[in-house]
Amino acid sequence: MALYGLILAAVLFTNAVAVLHEERFLAKIGWGVDQSIGGFGEEPGVKTQLVNLIRSVRTVMRGVFIKIIYFIVSI
Amino acid sequence: MEYPDQSGFRQRKLQPRVRMRGTGTDSGEPGQLFDDTSAGQNSGPGGKGPAVYPGQNLLSDPMSNLAMAYGSSLASHGKEMMDKNLDRFIPISKLKYYFAVDTVYVGKKLGLLVFPYMHENWEVRYQQDTPVAPRFDVNAPDLYIPAMAFITYILVAGLALGTQNRFSPEILGMQASSALVWLIIEVLAVLLSLYLVTVNTDLTTIDLVAISGYKYVGMIVGVLVGLLFGRTGYYLSLLWCCASIFVFMIRTLRLKILSEAAAEGVLVRGAKNQLRMYLTMAIAAAQPIFMYWLTFHLIR
Repeated sequence: MALYGLILAAVLFTNAVAVLHEERFLAKIGWGVDQSIGGFGEEPGVKTQLVNLIRSVRTVMRGVFIKIIYFIVSI
Repeated sequence: MEYPDQSGFRQRKLQPRVRMRGTGTDSGEPGQLFDDTSAGQNSGPGGKGPAVYPGQNLLSDPMSNLAMAYGSSLASHGKEMMDKNLDRFIPISKLKYYFAVDTVYVGKKLGLLVFPYMHENWEVRYQQDTPVAPRFDVNAPDLYIPAMAFITYILVAGLALGTQNRFSPEILGMQASSALVWLIIEVLAVLLSLYLVTVNTDLTTIDLVAISGYKYVGMIVGVLVGLLFGRTGYYLSLLWCCASIFVFMIRTLRLKILSEAAAEGVLVRGAKNQLRMYLTMAIAAAQPIFMYWLTFHLIR
């Protein structure tokens, strides 16, 4: 029973990360993707990793996973 | 005490340090995880021997022999297919490594979890790029102790609730699922933070599950002492176990997360090492918090 709550919470968190809009919101804060390219070498840094993570979550969610998520939430 | 030289797995530097455990049931090859106890038929490198056919003496009829041979070939083919498909989702061969323990190892590891202050060498020995199986090295993580400790924790929780007349069979399931969920959350949080800090480490997910599962031992000790001696006993033993788990975590994770120079005690400056040190501290500090959170409601 707690496992189901965990799955639901994970799905909702992932959705929350995925709906952060790139232009309207992230660029205004300074977390847009274009501004952080140029980090060659050994210094990715936490912020670059986070920005890349958000972008990749959005890309993945726009694919097949949307259908899975709708199915889980509708149960 | 000499291993036969035909094994070919040995490296020179392992020879002075590998001690022969007194068990005598080891088949002598350090590359093999488990002893081969199947009754003569060995169907795989891991020694999963299924094949003792009962009643072989009874049937001497050639027709039934044929049928038996056909049936057994069908069964082994089906088993192979199932194993191959299952291996895609759960890496069974890797799981076997974590359960290759023996009594001496378990005893030493439990002692280390409660009293890690005298142990000096925390490095895991390697054997041609793969870590040595836990039964040959005390520092290697295993899944036997965490699994057993988790189940024992649930039983002890049921016992504690029973002495306070708060027991019902559903509570066992609820305790189990909530403890499991906290474990999953902790492992996911550690994985996420390892990804963000871009640590190049060979800690696999199962390693993290094993390391996070070691705190159940301290919890069991705390709850049992609390049952015997009341709240003061519970707080004292929990304090002791929290301190020892903290030290254990730091010493184990330091070698895996920090770079080599920093791990040897030399203070290496730089933002990256600082971040990694904070990460190690945070993981180690989360253990006592979880230990208290999961047990305080059991002691009244």
